[in-house]
Amino acid sequence: MARRCIRYVRAQATMTTTLTVRVRTFAVLRDALGFGEQSLEMPVGADVASLLSRLAETHPDANLPARRFSVAVNRIYVTRDVVLQDGDEVALIPPVSGG
Amino acid sequence: MTPDNRKLFEVVTGPISIDEVTARVSSPDRGGITLFAGTVRGITGDLVTDYLEYEAYAEMAEPVLAQIAAEAQARWPSVSAVSIVHRTGRLEVGDVSIVIAVAAAHRQDTFEACRYIIDRVKQIAPIWKREVGRDGGVWVEGPESSVGDAAPMATE
Repeated sequence: MARRCIRYVRAQATMTTTLTVRVRTFAVLRDALGFGEQSLEMPVGADVASLLSRLAETHPDANLPARRFSVAVNRIYVTRDVVLQDGDEVALIPPVSGG
Repeated sequence: MTPDNRKLFEVVTGPISIDEVTARVSSPDRGGITLFAGTVRGITGDLVTDYLEYEAYAEMAEPVLAQIAAEAQARWPSVSAVSIVHRTGRLEVGDVSIVIAVAAAHRQDTFEACRYIIDRVKQIAPIWKREVGRDGGVWVEGPESSVGDAAPMATE
């Protein structure tokens, strides 16, 4: 009986329709968004562009659509059509000024 | 973070020793080392900077610095060792913010490779500076940054 319950729970988990990513922001974008790190739930199949749209909706004052920045997923620069996976680290990277 | 001299590519929070970075690339079969040191400029035209605050996405910056060195070594195969160390946190005028050491058996290619590396750092390394002066602080968007473009890792 106990075994059957565990199987049921596992089946539910594999049918989950959301994934969780860790969003990190830096420099001028951290100031604009008001957070340096945040967990965000997105639907399975969501890409980087849809995550940015979500952030633009939840943080209208940050004026994201008008800003120039790149995105890295798991510390690699990516284009915005990259599909997110559960556990991804998504970083918003404004124009760099090191050196 | 204390400097770890076994690492060639590092983001540190304390002062950088040029001698110590040089030692990271020194070996008996290398007869030429070109060094670049970036320092905090206090006067830019009419603008006076009191100090700089550097911030890095360190977990990504270190692999990006390694990638930049690999690009340089692909272009100049005679370059046999590269070390890049960048400092973050509050830096005063005159402080060293970055040291690049490029070593080879002979000197010729080390100059060009070193120049290439600092140019690429300013294009793609996820590091930022905030200039603090009389009118407060402002994040600098590097004029050479290629971040914000479609493929910032690509070489020109």
